[in-house]
Amino acid sequence: MRKVSLDSINKVFAKISESNKLYLPVDGSDGVAVYTEWSEGKEWSNALNTVRSPKDFFFPQMENLMEFKTSGKNIELVDIRDEKEDFVIFGVRACDVRSFDILDRVFLSDPVDSFYASRREHGIIVSVACSKPSETCFCKTFGIDAANPDGDVTAWKTEDSVYFVANTEKGEAFMKKIEDLTEECDDSAVTAQKERIAKIMEKLPLADLSTDAFGGGKTDTFFNAPEWDELSQTCLGCGTCTFVCPTCQCYDIKDFNTGNGVIRYRCWDSCMYSEFTKMAHGNNRLSQKERFRQRFMHKLVYYPENNEGIFGCVGCGRCLAKCPISMNIVKVMKKIGGNKSE
Amino acid sequence: MNKMEETLIPKIGVITDVRIDTPDIKTFRVVTPDGKKAFDHRPGQCAMLSIPGVGEAMFSITSSPTNTEYMEFSIKKCGCVTEWLHQAEVGQQITIRGPYGNPFPVDDVFAGKNLLFIAGGVGLAPLRSVINYCRHYRDRYGDIDIVYGSRSKDDLLDYKEIIEEWSNDAGVNVHLTIDNPQEGWDGHVGFVPNFVKELGFDTNKTAVLCGPPIMIKFTLEGLISLGFDKTQVYTTLELRMKCGVGKCGRCNVGSKYVCKDGPVFRCDELEELPDEY
Repeated sequence: MRKVSLDSINKVFAKISESNKLYLPVDGSDGVAVYTEWSEGKEWSNALNTVRSPKDFFFPQMENLMEFKTSGKNIELVDIRDEKEDFVIFGVRACDVRSFDILDRVFLSDPVDSFYASRREHGIIVSVACSKPSETCFCKTFGIDAANPDGDVTAWKTEDSVYFVANTEKGEAFMKKIEDLTEECDDSAVTAQKERIAKIMEKLPLADLSTDAFGGGKTDTFFNAPEWDELSQTCLGCGTCTFVCPTCQCYDIKDFNTGNGVIRYRCWDSCMYSEFTKMAHGNNRLSQKERFRQRFMHKLVYYPENNEGIFGCVGCGRCLAKCPISMNIVKVMKKIGGNKSE
Repeated sequence: MNKMEETLIPKIGVITDVRIDTPDIKTFRVVTPDGKKAFDHRPGQCAMLSIPGVGEAMFSITSSPTNTEYMEFSIKKCGCVTEWLHQAEVGQQITIRGPYGNPFPVDDVFAGKNLLFIAGGVGLAPLRSVINYCRHYRDRYGDIDIVYGSRSKDDLLDYKEIIEEWSNDAGVNVHLTIDNPQEGWDGHVGFVPNFVKELGFDTNKTAVLCGPPIMIKFTLEGLISLGFDKTQVYTTLELRMKCGVGKCGRCNVGSKYVCKDGPVFRCDELEELPDEY
């Protein structure tokens, strides 16, 4: 384990920035933390987490896939994929680190999505433990340890220092770069912080939320549950939950006419939208109730069925904070799963 | 730079023939610019066709894999991409990628069996691939019955091929029907599900169904009333798709993705899915 004093953390950022683009949560002028490319003068945010998840780094909200040039009846296809450079995402929370694993199982399964894969290959993740988890946090429900996040490097931020441990080869290389700025240390401060975090986690209002009722093979149990009517009644279908969600990965592919060609691009889409499944000859999910149900069934039943029991939620709490009608996966789990801890 | 293979990046295809089948269905022949078949496929698999600037959509490949020269797609005019295709002329380039999805189990489950194909309207398009595959390898299969119905005589897809080729094959019985009486039609009149019940097939067959959802529902009920088990009946589904490889989320029903786990399903497998297809 190595450490650097908090006063010198900007030196670490400067050192890393010499060779790689470095992104970390920085408070904007509106006080909202956003992953921002570091440059001199930018300060690492103290916010618990960013409003937008870091999924953009690997699965951007919009990305161009290819171009076409057309003339008469002929089409020329241009492969615009470029070589990516290594980049560092610093300060990723435990929940968001797990979300990358959930996305990997979609995009890196056969056939591999090369757009995602090349970004993933070049991304170096430095996670940071959550010293102050909040009341909307429920990562523990999904077996995530906020005190000990995964990633290429794990960091712990205390009042005066930042501690680092490398977990992967990429992580070792990162630590090598900042070797002169950090010093070897024992793990007593980190152990103390881990214990403190564990105690906070136990007392969080959602600490008792359980996934026991859910998982693969439970389609019949939940699909026709009468509770979906009430739960979905006020859903606006705005899709905010899917946009802030670090694991929502549904996408659309669209064409844009540039005037002298066509760009085919991919953008995030949402199963909450009425057009998501609409075809020329009909729509298999006509009501908002059906669309609402799809989102939660996918995270709690369908995804685990296809992925060795791993749930499609990381308990980051973004949907709890942002849904305009205050509906969220926690309410769904309690109501449908019969969890009476509320 | 050595770029990874990427399924979303298509090949260029050229339309080399357009056949007008019915007032709203045309059959397009597609090859690569150097005149070859774009890729091999199995009966029941699909391909993504697109016109840059208009959109991309999934279509079943109607030609048999035994045709090694080109692929054919029978396409009904009903949305943006299909409307555009219907205006396309010979020589028009499009894009093509695939093949996608699971095929009909022609080489194992179907082998040695009597086969009953039942189609309604443009639902014949995916079945034509299997029918012609089984006709090509005729000695691998038992008797073949084909029940096909459409709104009118003019709406019967592949009519010429059915009359001139399929009907003349030994051991192949073709049963055609149209919804309403029509001048110049002395064949059967009535809906496919009732026709199937009237024909009263023996249950020593494997059935393959494709057509509008309502037709599939009632025909399946008809087959069951004749004594068929759901494990003997196969069908192929159609849902909105964007990627074709189980990632974009659009065709997800239960834990299945119609594009990669389907589009071919055995009817008892469908029963395990939530009723959302």
